[in-house]
Amino acid sequence: MSSDPFAHPRATNGRAPDVFKRGGWVPMRQFSDAEAVDFVVVGTGAGGGPLLAGLAEGGFSVVGFDAGPYFRPLEDFASDELEQEKLYWTDERVVDGANPITMGGKNSGKAVGGSTVHFAMVSLRFRPEWFKSRSVLGYGADWPLDWREMWDYYTRAEQALSISGPLSYPWGPKRPRYPCRAHELNGAAQLLARGAEAMGIKWTPTPLATVSAPHGRSPPCVYRGFCRFGCSTNAKQSQLVTFIPRALRAGAEIRDLAMVGRIEMGPDGRVTGVHYHRGGHWHFQKARNVIVAGYAIETPRLLLASATDRYPDGLANSSGLVGKNLMTQSNQAVFGLMQQEVRWNKGPPSLAITEHWNYDDRKDFAGGYCWMAQGPLPVEWVTIQTSSRGLWGHALRDEMEKYNHQVGLKMVGEMLPDERNRVTLADEKDRYGLRVARVTYGWGDNDKALIEHALGQMQTSLEAVGATDIFRQEDDTNHLAGTARMGDDPAMSVVNADCRSWDIPNLWVCDGSIFPTTGGVNPSLTITSIAMRTADRIRTLAARGEL
Amino acid sequence: MADRYPSYDVLAKRWTESWNEVTRKVIDRRLAVPREPRFFSATEWRTLGALCDRILPQPKDRAPVPLPAYVDQKIANGRLDGYRYAKLPQQDEAWRQGLAGLEAASQEAHGGSFHTLSAEQQDGLLHCMQHGELTGAAWGDMPCKLFFEHRVIPDITHAYYAHPTAWNEIGFGGPASPRGYVRMGLDRRDPWEAVEAAPGKEETQARRKNSHVV
Repeated sequence: MSSDPFAHPRATNGRAPDVFKRGGWVPMRQFSDAEAVDFVVVGTGAGGGPLLAGLAEGGFSVVGFDAGPYFRPLEDFASDELEQEKLYWTDERVVDGANPITMGGKNSGKAVGGSTVHFAMVSLRFRPEWFKSRSVLGYGADWPLDWREMWDYYTRAEQALSISGPLSYPWGPKRPRYPCRAHELNGAAQLLARGAEAMGIKWTPTPLATVSAPHGRSPPCVYRGFCRFGCSTNAKQSQLVTFIPRALRAGAEIRDLAMVGRIEMGPDGRVTGVHYHRGGHWHFQKARNVIVAGYAIETPRLLLASATDRYPDGLANSSGLVGKNLMTQSNQAVFGLMQQEVRWNKGPPSLAITEHWNYDDRKDFAGGYCWMAQGPLPVEWVTIQTSSRGLWGHALRDEMEKYNHQVGLKMVGEMLPDERNRVTLADEKDRYGLRVARVTYGWGDNDKALIEHALGQMQTSLEAVGATDIFRQEDDTNHLAGTARMGDDPAMSVVNADCRSWDIPNLWVCDGSIFPTTGGVNPSLTITSIAMRTADRIRTLAARGEL
Repeated sequence: MADRYPSYDVLAKRWTESWNEVTRKVIDRRLAVPREPRFFSATEWRTLGALCDRILPQPKDRAPVPLPAYVDQKIANGRLDGYRYAKLPQQDEAWRQGLAGLEAASQEAHGGSFHTLSAEQQDGLLHCMQHGELTGAAWGDMPCKLFFEHRVIPDITHAYYAHPTAWNEIGFGGPASPRGYVRMGLDRRDPWEAVEAAPGKEETQARRKNSHVV
């Protein structure tokens, strides 16, 4: 049995855990605090991981910080919903607004590998038009990126994460074959397929970041169904088992259990390094560049907390947009009961998908959505039953007993950016003495219209397969985006297309917070692709002497 | 009501390929939860016990899942959710205040402690709490509806459905590492999954099969 991953940092003494081998280690280069490294990357998730690998492989000295532990999946991960909450960012955050966001397992990770350690592995490309949704579709904001360039990076990300997917994808421009074959459908996914066919809309096996054949040191997925609670076999292609090991091999250092609390500014208007808490003390790591990759809550929190007399509103915030335009995605669902045994807990939770309404614009609201098959485990299922139907007592127990016959469809929907939805600093402090984030959120009329449309469509699909006792889960959200948007205009954005802040040339932001709009698909593949692009761009800029 | 999955015992799989070492340790710890409160006072403990009995009433013919113990453990260990509604205090304080509020409401409505009321009276007060209708000095600024939705319900029901006894009731396969599952489609069951008794005739057969689910 390995040591407690929370007790002491594991990546020390010139070595880091070999996640593929019980008790194994891999060598790790280390840098001293006093030596200015080329890059500090704050966060090791879908944004930080590819940056660490790409920059180290490009010959830069780079240190990745993560507030969470360095897990060994083979030894640390139980098959248990409650125990595995240890993967989530469960430190206090205050939520308010008309529709407060439930923070935790559905949107925040705290581990080396970030949220990808517990994500549902759904790996989708944006619809091309979404990169210009303001000028082409008439809502939201344009991205400063060209979809054709992104299409190449998506391909590279799909290769790097060994995505298992269908032979041909039914929507959008052509894309190359997925590296691994699609996974077999479970009962819940079969019902999504039948419902879609009855409605005359397309469906497909979901492209997933868990391998369907042995790949590298990963065994094929065994369909445990605990994907959202950490993969104990390493079939899941999280950052922890893909880009992070690559980064270590290329000479990057990872510092686990290391909370960055403040970015330090020099008198010349450039950042000089980061203050971080590790092993019971505050330290200062010197750096020539800092890339913040802490996702849509921790990224603005750090930028705001690093305010100085010269930057009283926080760093990179001359636009006033740091923390603003927070977006989540609508994650409503419709559930029903089948006569057959579905046993929806088997396999990855979302084995089939329809993106029909992401590509069909005949609707009276902006944005799009997809829906996927569902397989909530008992604790999540009781949360749905209680929060959607207000059940408790005998009524709750009776409903829960129908577990193996339940079926459901859950949307991932686009919510529109709104400056009133934002992250600020609350007065109360966390265990490090840092002010906690206050997350304020309310749905707009367009968001509500989109949700209503999706609920109606999903209900039609469930009715078409003969589900009874249908009910709606009307209040749920998941992924995050926004709070440090990218753009072409320094007055209207925080970073440029290279994820470089407009205000401070050696301060960068590269994670989901740079999204100007959030699209109607899960964001992780887009974050990964942009991080791979950013690493390439930094190499190009460095070669030109423009860093 | 007859068991839907008669004789199914998820713990029988403890030494199979469905349970790895860390899972065994986690579940052992869960089953060994201390039954005495570390956080709650004796008075609060009585109110909490009665509350848990109404949120998830349990049959008398088996050992109950010790729900108050799990609520106490969560607070005593400082296990947080990752978010807190701005109108709710920290979880320890919310529970103190909420149980005091419930007790005060009970005294006011029925002239007795919550744990001494009839089940109907208790349920009546809980419905009021669920719909935001309990007020009084004991609640302070805390809306009783938020306390019900974000403390009472999740803290009690999550503990219940994270317990092997509940998994047996609903026929959940429980831990599944590293074996996982093989038969994925509709109406397919792996031999290490629970067998459901159809009303009446198949109960004996289900019982026999479930005693071999390992």
